[in-house]
Amino acid sequence: ELCPLIKNILLLDSEGKRIAVKYYSDDWPTNSAKEAFEKAVFAKTQKTNARTDGKILLLHYDFSVNGRSVSLWETSSGSVARGVGEPFNGGGIVLGVSMLDAEITMFDNYVVVYKFVQDLHFFVTGGENENEIILAAVLQGFFDAVGLLLRGTVDKKEALENLDLILLCLDEIVDGGIILETDANVIAGKVASHSMDAGAPLSEQTITQALATAREHLTRSLLK
Amino acid sequence: MVYVIIKELSPSADEVIIVTSSLMKDMTSKTDMYRANAIRVLCQITDGTLLTQIERYLKQAIVDKNPVVASAALVSGIHLLQTNPEIVKRWSNEVQEAVQSRAALVQFHALALLHQIRQNDRLAVNKLVSSLTRGSVRSPLAQCLLIRYTSQVIRESASNTQTGDRPFYDFLEGCLRHKAEMVIFEAARAITELNGVTSRELTPAITVLQLFLSSTKPVLRFAAVRTLNKVAMTHPIAVTNCNIDMESLISDQNRSIATLAITTLLKTGNESSVDRLMKQITTFMSDIADEFKIVVIEAIRSLCLKFPLKHRSLMNFLSNILREEGGFEYKKAIVDSIVILIRDIPEAKESGLLHLCEFIEDCEFTYLSTQILHFLGIEGPKTSDPSKYIRYIYNRVHLENATVRAGAVSTLAKFGAMVDSLKPRIFVLLRRCLFDTDDEVRDRATLYLNTLGADGTVEDMKEFLFGSLDIPLVNLERSLKNYEPSEESFDINSVPKEVKIQPLAEKKAPGKKPTGLGGPPPSPPSTIDAYEKLLSSIPEFANFGKLFKSSAPVELTEAETEYAVNVVKHIFDGHVVFQYNCTNTIPEQLLENVTVIVDASEAEEFAEVASKPLRSLPYDSPGQTFVAFEKPEGVPAVGKFSNMLRFIVKEVDPSTGEAEDDGVEDEYQLEELEVVAADYMLKVGVSNFRNAWESMGPDCERVDEYDLGPRENLAEAVNAVINLLGMQSCEGTEVVPSNSRSHTCLLSGVYIGNVKVLVRLQFGIDGPKDVAMKLAVRSEDEAVSDAIHEIVASG
Repeated sequence: ELCPLIKNILLLDSEGKRIAVKYYSDDWPTNSAKEAFEKAVFAKTQKTNARTDGKILLLHYDFSVNGRSVSLWETSSGSVARGVGEPFNGGGIVLGVSMLDAEITMFDNYVVVYKFVQDLHFFVTGGENENEIILAAVLQGFFDAVGLLLRGTVDKKEALENLDLILLCLDEIVDGGIILETDANVIAGKVASHSMDAGAPLSEQTITQALATAREHLTRSLLK
Repeated sequence: MVYVIIKELSPSADEVIIVTSSLMKDMTSKTDMYRANAIRVLCQITDGTLLTQIERYLKQAIVDKNPVVASAALVSGIHLLQTNPEIVKRWSNEVQEAVQSRAALVQFHALALLHQIRQNDRLAVNKLVSSLTRGSVRSPLAQCLLIRYTSQVIRESASNTQTGDRPFYDFLEGCLRHKAEMVIFEAARAITELNGVTSRELTPAITVLQLFLSSTKPVLRFAAVRTLNKVAMTHPIAVTNCNIDMESLISDQNRSIATLAITTLLKTGNESSVDRLMKQITTFMSDIADEFKIVVIEAIRSLCLKFPLKHRSLMNFLSNILREEGGFEYKKAIVDSIVILIRDIPEAKESGLLHLCEFIEDCEFTYLSTQILHFLGIEGPKTSDPSKYIRYIYNRVHLENATVRAGAVSTLAKFGAMVDSLKPRIFVLLRRCLFDTDDEVRDRATLYLNTLGADGTVEDMKEFLFGSLDIPLVNLERSLKNYEPSEESFDINSVPKEVKIQPLAEKKAPGKKPTGLGGPPPSPPSTIDAYEKLLSSIPEFANFGKLFKSSAPVELTEAETEYAVNVVKHIFDGHVVFQYNCTNTIPEQLLENVTVIVDASEAEEFAEVASKPLRSLPYDSPGQTFVAFEKPEGVPAVGKFSNMLRFIVKEVDPSTGEAEDDGVEDEYQLEELEVVAADYMLKVGVSNFRNAWESMGPDCERVDEYDLGPRENLAEAVNAVINLLGMQSCEGTEVVPSNSRSHTCLLSGVYIGNVKVLVRLQFGIDGPKDVAMKLAVRSEDEAVSDAIHEIVASG
C-alpha cells in the first residue's frame, strides 16, 4: 500500500479531552484504546510550548497599576518555553499558547504532527514510515480551515458552538485515510456550501456562503 | 451534514432502501456537493448488487468536470477495490482518462486508483510510471505517489549496476529540485532507500537533507535527521558531511530531533570527534527522558567497541552518568554496557571494575549490586592487584541488605580461592561474617570457610566455587520432590541432566499423533553455548578443549521413517564428536542402549575414541547419543562415515505403557555422513571488508584462477563456492543481480586454529556458460591460505 495514509486526526482541549476526533485506521479498535492513545499523545506533547516564533497569551498582573491585563506576547527565538498555567515574566500566568510552526514527535511507532492555538490542540497521526511533510500539510490544511470557519476566533468555546462545521471539515479533508484536500480555502469552501441551506436568508450566512448563494442564483439565471 | 451522519452509522444496504434511493437521486442532482457526498456515502454502505446499479453513474462521475465529484468517485473506488475488485477494474478506462485531468487532486486520486487496479501487472505499472515521469504531474501529492511507484519499479526491475545508472534514477534526482518540500523529501528518502545504493547516487540526496537540517521548521528537521539516521547505519561515511549541522541539533528544543542527532553522530563519528561529542552529550543527557537515554547508551557502547582506544573517556562518561539519578532499566543498561566493555577491551578492565565498585557503594537496586558482585568475583581475581577490590566488597557485607551481603560473601570466597596471598585475610573477614544476623550469610560464610580451609585440591575447590550448576533446576526440583527421606542420602548425580522436552511435545502432539510417525526430532537448543554446555557435561568429552564449531543438524534418515535421526558435527582442535539426535516414532516400542556404530574406513585420519550410548529412547521423546573421534590436531581432516543404529528393542503395551522385560537386539541402517572442509570454517562476518583486507596485509596472500566450467548461471556458481568454503559473505555480496556477466563476492570467516581468513572472489562468465573465477585469499597464516585454495581446487 503505497498511498499516503492518515491514521487519525484529533482536536483536543487544553486538558486533553476530546472536542472532535476521527480515526481512519483499525489500530485502535475499542473506544478505550482510542482514549488511551489520546491521553498518551497529549501527555507526550504537553511540554511542547511556545517555541521559537510563537505567541503566548498572557494574563498579566501589573503591579504598578494594581490590576490585571491580558496581553499577547510574541516570543522570539531563544526564549524559554512555557505551558498553559505556568508563570511567565514575573507575575504573569500563561493563558494560552500558539505556535507558528507545526511540531513533530514520534512514539509507539506513530509519527504525530501537532499545533496548538489558545486552548485547542490539533494532532495528525501517521504510520512510522509516512512522509512527515505530507502529514504536516494535512495538519496545516485542517488548522487553517478551522481558522477560516470559526472566523478568526479559534478557541474552545467557538469550536464547541460550531462543532458541526468542525466535523464537516474533518470529513472533507480525509476520506477513509486517503487525503482528499489540503488547501484550506477549498476545504472551508466545501464545508460552507454544505452547511448552507438553499433557502436560508442571506443575513444568516457567512460571506463565503452568501457569495456561494449569489453565484448559484447567477448561474441559474444565466442558464434560463 | 446528513451525509456525515449516514456514514457514521453505516447501515447495510438492504436495511435502508429509502436512504439509498434518495441518495441515488442526489447522485444525479444539479448541486455538485450533493453529488459528491452522495457518491461517497453510497459507496460506503453499498453491497455488490447495489453497486452494479449505480456503476453507470460512478463511471460518469469519474470523468465529471467538477473536480470534487471526480475525486469523490475515485476515492470511493479505492475503498471499493478492497471489497469488489472486479467491478472497479472495469472502470480503468475512465480512470486512465482522469489521470490526464487538469485538476491537481483528481490526478492524484486517479493515479492512486489506477496503480491499485494494475499493481499485479508489473509491465502496466512500468508503463504508467514511464509515461507520467515524462508527462506533467500537477500536484505535489501526485508527485509523491509517483516517486513511491517509481521506487517500487526500480526495486522490482533487474537493476544493472554495471552499465551506468538505474532506470528512473534521473527522474528521482530531478525531483530533488521540485518546488514542494514534500516532493523533495520524498525523492531524497526514496534514493536513500534504493537497494544497494552507491555513494555517488546518495550524494545529491544527502545534500538536500543537509539543507533541511538547518530549516526553521521542526517537521523538516525531524524528517531529515530520521532519514540520515537510517542511512548512517549502512553508509556512515556518506553522512559525515552533515556532522557539523547535526552537532548544532543536539541542543534542539525538540527532544526527539536531538536524540536522533546524537545517535547519528555516534554512528558516524570518528576517533577525533569522540571527545568533543562526549562533552556535548554530557549536558544533553540531563534533559532527556529515560527511554531516550537507553538508546543513547547503546549507541555509545557500539561506538566504544568500534574505537577501543577511546575507552577511557567513554568509560568515564558512563560512570559519571551512572552516578546520577535514573531508573532501574536505565542503570541496568549502563551497567551492562560497562560489563561488555570490560569483557571485550582488556585495557579497560581495571578502570571499569573500579567504576563498578564505586557504583555499588551507593546503588539502590539490589539486583544490580548482586550482579556486579558476582561479576567482580569472576574478573577481580584475574587482575594485577585484586586486593584493591576487597575493601569495596567487604563494605558491602556491613552496609547492605541480606541479599547483597550474601553475594558479597560469595565474592570474597572466590577471591580467596583464586589468590593464595589473600587467603589469610579472607579467612579473617569470613570469620567475622559468621556473626551476621541473616541465616544465608552465616551459612555461606561457614561453607566457604570450610571449603577454603579444607585440604582438598585447588582444582576441586575452584570447581565447587566457580562451576555452574549443570543440572537443570527443573529436574533437580522434581528429583528432590521424589526423594523420600531414608537411609540413603540424596545423590545429586542421579538427577538426569537432560531436560525432558516431553511435556511440551505431548501438549503439541494431540494434533499430530494420528499419522503415528512424528516429524524429525527437534535437536536440543541449537546455540553454540548450549552445545558447549552439553558436551562439557559429558565427562568423556570434557577435556577435548574448546568447541570450535557445531554444524547444523544433518538428516540421516528420510522423513516418515520408524526412527528419525539427525546428526550434529562438533569440531574441536584434535577431536570430532558426532551428536546423533534420535527419535523413536513407534508407540509400541521402547529402545534401550542405543548406540551408533560408525564405519570410518573411508576416513583414514580419524580414530574412534569414545562412544556414549543412550540408555533409553521411549516413544516420541528425543534423545542423544555421541561418538567421538580423534583426528590429527590442527589438520582439517575430511572423510566419509557410514552409520548404523544399534539398539535393544522392547515391546510396549500401548494401553499400560509398560515394556516387556526381554528385548531383541536390532540394527537400523542410517545414511552416510561426511566431514568436509567447510566444517572447519566458522562463518564470521566483518563490517568493513576493505579495512580488514588492508590490515591483513599481502604477506599471506595467495591468488589463483580457476575455471568452474559450465554452470546454469552466475548466481548458482557463486552459491556453490560459498557453500564449499563455508564462509560468511560480507556487505551483501552474496546476492548476484540477475543477468550480470560478472560479480565480486567478499567472504570472511575464522578457520580452525582461530585464524582469520578473508576471501575475495571475482567471477566472470566467458562464452555461453563457462564461469571463470579468480580467488584471492588473505589470512594470518600462509598455510591456511594454501588450504583454502586446496579446498576450492578439489571441490
